[in-house]
Amino acid sequence: MRPLSRIAAIFFKELAQLRRDRMTFGMVIMIPLIQLILFGYAINTNIRDIPIAVVDQDQTAISRILIQMVEATRVVEVTERYTSVEEAEAAIKSARVRAAFILPDDLSQRIVRSPATGFGTPPSTDEETSRPVAQWIVDGSDTMIAGAIKGLRNMPLAELFRKAPNRSTPTFEVALFFNPEQRTAVNIVPGLVGIILTMTMIMFTSAAIVRERERGNMEMLINTPVRPMELMIGKIIPYIFIGLLQTAIILGLGYLLFNVPLGFRPFDLLAGTLLFIGASLSLGLVLSTIAQTQLQATQMTVFLLVPSILLSGFMFPYEGMPVIAQYIAEALPATHFMRMVRGFVLRDAGLLDMYRDVLWMCGFFVLGLAVAAFRFKKRLD
Amino acid sequence: MPEIVVRAEGLVKKFKDFSAVDGLDLTIERGMIYGFLGPNGSGKTTAMRMLTGLLTPTEGKVEVLGLSVPKDAETLKYKIGYMTQTFSLYGDLTVLENLRFMATIYGLSGKKRKQRIGEVMERYELTDLKDRFAGKMSGGQRQRLALAAAVLHEPQLLFLDEPTSAVDPESRRHFWEQLFDLVEGGTSIVVTTHFMDEAERCHRIAIMEAGQKRADGAPKDLMAAMGANVVEIEGPNLRDIRRELLGAEGIVAAAQLGARLRVLVKDDIADPEGFLKAKAATGGASLIERVRPNLEDVFVTATGEGRQ
Repeated sequence: MRPLSRIAAIFFKELAQLRRDRMTFGMVIMIPLIQLILFGYAINTNIRDIPIAVVDQDQTAISRILIQMVEATRVVEVTERYTSVEEAEAAIKSARVRAAFILPDDLSQRIVRSPATGFGTPPSTDEETSRPVAQWIVDGSDTMIAGAIKGLRNMPLAELFRKAPNRSTPTFEVALFFNPEQRTAVNIVPGLVGIILTMTMIMFTSAAIVRERERGNMEMLINTPVRPMELMIGKIIPYIFIGLLQTAIILGLGYLLFNVPLGFRPFDLLAGTLLFIGASLSLGLVLSTIAQTQLQATQMTVFLLVPSILLSGFMFPYEGMPVIAQYIAEALPATHFMRMVRGFVLRDAGLLDMYRDVLWMCGFFVLGLAVAAFRFKKRLD
Repeated sequence: MPEIVVRAEGLVKKFKDFSAVDGLDLTIERGMIYGFLGPNGSGKTTAMRMLTGLLTPTEGKVEVLGLSVPKDAETLKYKIGYMTQTFSLYGDLTVLENLRFMATIYGLSGKKRKQRIGEVMERYELTDLKDRFAGKMSGGQRQRLALAAAVLHEPQLLFLDEPTSAVDPESRRHFWEQLFDLVEGGTSIVVTTHFMDEAERCHRIAIMEAGQKRADGAPKDLMAAMGANVVEIEGPNLRDIRRELLGAEGIVAAAQLGARLRVLVKDDIADPEGFLKAKAATGGASLIERVRPNLEDVFVTATGEGRQ
């Protein structure tokens, strides 16, 4: 029973040290709490109230009504008014507004002939009638902003003449499963579990072995009969509980504050989270055997954390990335967890449905632990 | 025929081009305190680390307690204790927690563990300190804790790497009494030091310099076989006398000790006092007398300073 009791000894030692390190212990609770509230409210991909400038060269009742109609969509908000296009361009350059709405002085004629008014569609060869009624100048550097304004391109104008807008029949019917209201928080909150676990789990464990070395405890430890595997396992167990605690905070608050569903698969969720925690911890241990100081360990954690945020599908869809980036993403545990956790809580998927990601995660865990134990030498040379 | 606990032959450790230990032969018998005496960088710690299996020798053979090192180092670790140069237990754990941790790591459990922890806390006066954090204790207290942790599993052989460099003289004396208690109980001890008074307490010492063993034997024997006589000179202008004498034929070394100049004269000169009195430089000296050699003299004759 020596291995088991030694693992227990290391576990209780880590626990005692962790309990006395108030700052770290506080971060364990505060990081998920604050980041959940921050990101849950802050990240929103349904863009509203983009500040715009208006250049009204027509100055008629109809131009003013048109501006009000555009504002009524809530996509944009008129914050500046200019008389010349040059002023509007300067305002975009200096970021006072993100776009400018330019209404030409022949607005009335253009409107009457526009197909958007619903007076009938003129032949496309007729240059006179196929002209747009007004122009948008957009700061296209942000593709999300540009996309939102592009959405206004085909705005119906029939309302201008108190006519019911054309009943347009969509080419395709789109049914939105799992998040019909298209709330961003539903996608963000489960993903946040993956990001925060990546950060805290890898950071804690990558510092674990290095700390022993930095504080001079390592020379004593390697003079004892402790085996590398016992040391590794004993060191990661306390952090498994921390990981579960953080997951509970994020998903629990996500449910209470943002009404993010928890799914009906507590077992799958627990098993999947444990797997991910295990994979992250063993990855952290590998870093720990490479880093010589705690600062280096932190730098390596950041090196892994940034791609985990950007490539894992947390912020941007995995499918939109080039193939090479997708391969890189596959090598990050966070990518697989992102798919799994969204599957469990949002799509009512189970471990079996997500078996590919489950296998990946098991692979990360076993490989990481083996590499860390192999790399950890009980020698000084 | 006494039992041999450490045997090393032709031990070499190279770090890139630098030889930290260069051809070391060692034989250490059971039941003695064996000291490595030498300045910093002389290879004491490196040699000790090779004996415990922490470093792999570049060349040479090591056998400790009948086990081949580093091959059987893991088995050996149950039988030896090691005290590092700097305090290496956990500063944010209490005395009791540290001892419990170490005892469990060495495979002690249940009643046996409790009993041993009680014993070492009693013996090293830690019982009253058991709930103190190790990081908040004084140098002497920490050292007692480190020794207690190193002997918890009753090792046959104890390695101490400069054990008293961070403690006051009073604690140091006390510490050595405890080492002799351990020896009486059958433990053999290997210790490195750069303190002469500490080396003098060892049963046997090896004087190390630049990775090589310059002398090996009991301190008393080494003093007897030093190859030089010691003469002390009192008087004015000791610095001038020293400058005159250094480098002169028959003089090994000269060093000032307060109001006296301590001169080592080669022992092939039959009358060292007369030899010095005859020198012009000592004309103003008020006293020239022969004194007993000490270990520092041995060290000086054995190492570079005396062999210029």
